Amino acid sequence: MTTARTVLTIAALTLREASRRRVLFALVALTAGLLALSSWGFSRLAAESLTSGEARLTASILLNLVMFGYSLVAALGTAFLAGPTLSGETESGIALSMLARPIRRSAFLLGKWLGLVAFGSGFVVLAGLAQVLVVRVTVDYWPPAPATALGLLAAQTIVLLTLTVLLATVISPMASGVVAVGLFCTTWVAGVVGAIGEALGNDAVGRVGSVSRVLLPTDGLWRGAMNAFQDPSAIVQFGGAEQGAGAFPFLSTAPLTLTYLGWAVLWVAMVWALAAMSFVRRDL
Amino acid sequence: MSTVDSGAGVQDAADLVAGLPPAPAAWCTGLRKRYRKHLAVEDVSLQVGRGEIVGLLGPNGAGKTTVIKMLLGLVRPDAGEAMLLGQRSADPAARARVGYLPELFRYQPWLTAAEVLALHARLSGAGVPAAEQRDCLALVGLSGRGDDRVGGFSKGMQQRLGLAVALVGRPEFVVLDEPTSALDPLGRADVRDIVLELRSRGVAVLLNSHLIGEVERVCDRVVVLDRGRVAAAGTLAELLGQREVRLHLTDLSPAAQQRLAALGRVDREGEWSTVALTDDDGTAVPDLVRDLVDLGVRVHAVEPVRISLEERLLGILRDGAASRAAGPS
Repeated sequence: MTTARTVLTIAALTLREASRRRVLFALVALTAGLLALSSWGFSRLAAESLTSGEARLTASILLNLVMFGYSLVAALGTAFLAGPTLSGETESGIALSMLARPIRRSAFLLGKWLGLVAFGSGFVVLAGLAQVLVVRVTVDYWPPAPATALGLLAAQTIVLLTLTVLLATVISPMASGVVAVGLFCTTWVAGVVGAIGEALGNDAVGRVGSVSRVLLPTDGLWRGAMNAFQDPSAIVQFGGAEQGAGAFPFLSTAPLTLTYLGWAVLWVAMVWALAAMSFVRRDL
Repeated sequence: MSTVDSGAGVQDAADLVAGLPPAPAAWCTGLRKRYRKHLAVEDVSLQVGRGEIVGLLGPNGAGKTTVIKMLLGLVRPDAGEAMLLGQRSADPAARARVGYLPELFRYQPWLTAAEVLALHARLSGAGVPAAEQRDCLALVGLSGRGDDRVGGFSKGMQQRLGLAVALVGRPEFVVLDEPTSALDPLGRADVRDIVLELRSRGVAVLLNSHLIGEVERVCDRVVVLDRGRVAAAGTLAELLGQREVRLHLTDLSPAAQQRLAALGRVDREGEWSTVALTDDDGTAVPDLVRDLVDLGVRVHAVEPVRISLEERLLGILRDGAASRAAGPS
């Protein structure tokens, strides 16, 4: 069997697992609830007598807040799906009979990863798009770069699930999910702390965010997504980037640089390669 | 050398290669595996010929499953080499015509039995049509259950499905690791029939089973592992060929006991002594009886004993334990 065919077979199997195990159903139900709740909230906001500037600012912040909710759901979903589907299958013996077939372990891993990427990023892009449309209908706000923002949300999901795949090759399914989500939340908190440090002019605290964004690029990508969702005037209304707007957790003062995006791609490639090395060498 | 000569040389070489017997279904030499401080397998060499059924026997923890996994390239040996159907087992392509039923069998509970089989048929790359896959399910007694989710299957049904999975890729070599552990007597008989049918089709089988009777009935050769090493190996005739003789003796003096022990291992039970006959050229028993009578022993009965594989296995394992207890010589 060719490697490409193996990869596609395993990717399709992973998607079918997500669908059969009701993960898809749970996510659709959760997203429908979030969309209904947010459309009610945004429509109430539209009923308030706000100036157009205030309405855009509020819509920007709330959109970023709701999108953070989606990215958290995607992170939890993929992290807790990647663990069982990889290390769970290895522990239970399901992987044993499949890996005794004439297939390369790296192709098996790539198939699993691709299936998870399609599932996680597909969810976050579709749910995010639905949310952007809800905001458009209820408060007439359209983000400056929605495609970029949704792409970066998907990239954030890919980064986290790649980390979970690496963890799943070395530790138990539950531990891999817990560690990955823990690191995701820690990096987000470190990003907020770093932004506060920068706003206060404290370089040491400010560096916490920069270092954590390099070690795990989820928060950096999330900040890039926020910047593409929010109205450019929001930063000015919060006093400008130099006057502390960056300290607010649901505003981002700068767009993502190509260099950082390149680092995120390299990071994913390196972590995936580590996961493949660990999985290929593992005794089943 | 002229072009014509060169062409003839290549043809000769091709004929020579074509005339060679096919590589064994499985072959390994000097396999060794250590898990931290525990030495699981040490210097194991074995071979499964084409169309041959080889039984792998040994107590729990003897290293049987580890040897199987190293043969299949699922566990990396610390030392030694393994080949499957003429290819290095570390190369995934070597497993193209190999079927495997693991000891720890489990299949995607969220798929139907037919979907599990279709998945394995696809991964095997054998291009098995759907009708052949259905036949495979029917062969293991799961016809009519193809559309049922595996999650609702009993252990025995899952093991039957595992057997179908092992057979679906048109294998030339099948590895069955404890294939009857979850099956009822009827299922065991089915497995025995399937193994014999595989042999009739020229498919080689490596069978690891605790059911020695099953192994004795179907296997051409047996490899006994004990504490990670090959304790004995050979055809059933070779392993069981060692005869025993049972004697009812009285007035057994120490000299007579020495004479018995000189012949082979002796098990005493009251007035009955069972002696294993090593190197028997047909004269050992008459000579023994003559010598015992000369030593004043009263010989009441002399009975030949047929050793079962189970007794032979226990004997091999007890001898191994005794020599370990005696320490290195």
